[in-house]
Amino acid sequence: MIHILHVAVFADETSFLSAARACSSKEIEVVNAYSPYPLHEIDKVMGIRKTRLPWVTLVGGLLGLAMGLWFQYWASATSWPLDVGGKPWDSFPAFVPVGFEMTILFAGLATIFALIVRSGLAPGKRPRRPIERVTDDRFALVVKRKTGALRWPQIKELLSEHGAVDHWEEQA
Amino acid sequence: MESTVPTETPPAQSPADVSLRGDGRPTVPPLITGNKTPADVTRDVCAPLERGATGLWWGAFLAALALLIVGIISVGYQIATGIGTWGLNRTVGWAFDITNFVFWVGIGHAGTLISAVLLLFRQKWRTSINRSAEAMTIFAVICAGLFPVIHMGRPWLAFWVFPYPNDRGPLWVNFRSALLWDVFAIGTYFTISLLFWYIGMIPDLATIRDRATGFRKKIMGWLSLGWDGAARTWARYEVACVLLAALATPLVVSVHSVVSSDFATSIVPGWHTTVFPPYFVIGAIFSGFAMVLTLLLIARKVMNFEDYITRRHIQAMCKVIVFTGSIVGLAYLTELFVAWYSGNPYEQFAFLNRMSGPMAWSYWIMVSCNVLSPQLLWFRKVRESIGAVFCLSLVINVGMWFERFVIIVTSLTRDFLPSSWASYAPTWIEVGSLVGGFGLFFTLFLLFCRVLPMIAMFEVKAVIRPQTHESKEGGS
Repeated sequence: MIHILHVAVFADETSFLSAARACSSKEIEVVNAYSPYPLHEIDKVMGIRKTRLPWVTLVGGLLGLAMGLWFQYWASATSWPLDVGGKPWDSFPAFVPVGFEMTILFAGLATIFALIVRSGLAPGKRPRRPIERVTDDRFALVVKRKTGALRWPQIKELLSEHGAVDHWEEQA
Repeated sequence: MESTVPTETPPAQSPADVSLRGDGRPTVPPLITGNKTPADVTRDVCAPLERGATGLWWGAFLAALALLIVGIISVGYQIATGIGTWGLNRTVGWAFDITNFVFWVGIGHAGTLISAVLLLFRQKWRTSINRSAEAMTIFAVICAGLFPVIHMGRPWLAFWVFPYPNDRGPLWVNFRSALLWDVFAIGTYFTISLLFWYIGMIPDLATIRDRATGFRKKIMGWLSLGWDGAARTWARYEVACVLLAALATPLVVSVHSVVSSDFATSIVPGWHTTVFPPYFVIGAIFSGFAMVLTLLLIARKVMNFEDYITRRHIQAMCKVIVFTGSIVGLAYLTELFVAWYSGNPYEQFAFLNRMSGPMAWSYWIMVSCNVLSPQLLWFRKVRESIGAVFCLSLVINVGMWFERFVIIVTSLTRDFLPSSWASYAPTWIEVGSLVGGFGLFFTLFLLFCRVLPMIAMFEVKAVIRPQTHESKEGGS
């Protein structure tokens, strides 16, 4: 099925946000929004859910801790027990620093890995955005008309009213 | 998870920075001057990358490269001939090598503090300086990592420090040794700092990609991972940055604590003390901020970033230096007190020897550079003079290098048995590797200034957002 999407470009954050709010109040779905810097107000308009990234960090950290402590214990007490200064083989207090570093390392790597995979980022990937200048100083809204809501000319008018400097239709 | 980069609370200000408006309400000088728009930010930050290198840059680069070459020759000769080319002896087994190691690791700490800790505390002033401070961290950790490796004497066997399955048993590394903890602490610190730096740069790399043509576009297109600035990506990205900051904060504390354990877990008088971990961490932040100031005061001039790295940034960093410098002074006094209070004659002698022995000059250089000179920064006039701040930042770096030299060398030259006391003087080879460390650091930093965005563009754009919006959101 072909959707018709409407793209509107804004020159400043205020008109961009007011247009986004106007759209969502008029039953026009904001499909996507692009900005040169993060704007949290748009999350509410688009209904973006809280990310579950912190759970990935937690699991990564716990895994790192468990692996770090287990490996040190195994290497020092099982694989080749070595008497160092008469310390017991399972001298866990001495294993804390490396266990801690492994916790941080695994948690960090897991977080970055999850961020890249979930955001669909990849080396050499072609970026998909309405105009290049969204990484410079432009803001863009991609909206979809819901059944029974405003017609395209009215949407166009609404977007212009809120200060869109450019808009066009796209098929997706 | 709440917002991260655009901070809602006003940055901490001391009364000295606040002037009064007509209606009696305080106004603060702007963080970014020159009424910049987002397009200006992009243009200004990308300008040094897009125009050819200036004569000033080439001059600095060639000077740094010359220092690096001195280092390469010294280290090359030392590796080919042996550790005997250094002034070490059977009593003083550590000197310039480990001094340089601890010095460079410490320098790195300010970068992480600015990028991670100030992010968690929502300090807006970090945004103009975080990128270059993080770059400084990475280059400093590279310099730091080199010294233990060349100190091994046979650096081609450096991989022995990693626990890898080998055909000697397998014989594992000694996990109960503070020196091995260092391997893990520095390794993790370097990895996480590098990734944090890179992740923080992705939106800016995309900005450069979208302006560039040809080869630069290709490279930046590859590095920016297809970043498109979509709202969902931004939301996830910001949470990831806060998570990484929350991980880097305890990490940075652990790194210098572990480095201090190299000394504190031994029984050498002057090393065997529990104050070492906090003392080292605060000294690291102190020296790191001094190095950030040294680099940025030059960079803002050379790169025309005076509107972005403003007097307010410099003032804020000066205050961190006064604060941490005073704690360093407290740590010196604590050491003396504990040595006296312990009743341990060896410990007492170690500190008397530091203050009045044959190497007392290095102790007094340390005290005057690290404790006395930063006190000048209490005066607003000094904080506002770029030249004075620059000189103080150099003085502090000298002092902090001497701090590590004093700790390592004065304790080793005279320990328990007078029959094994010895003296120490560096050879030209050691001085050459010290010089080479600075050469490597400045060469890498100058290359960074030419190929990557020195200022976090998207974060600065968020800081210069319309004032109306800020007051509506923050209610400040």
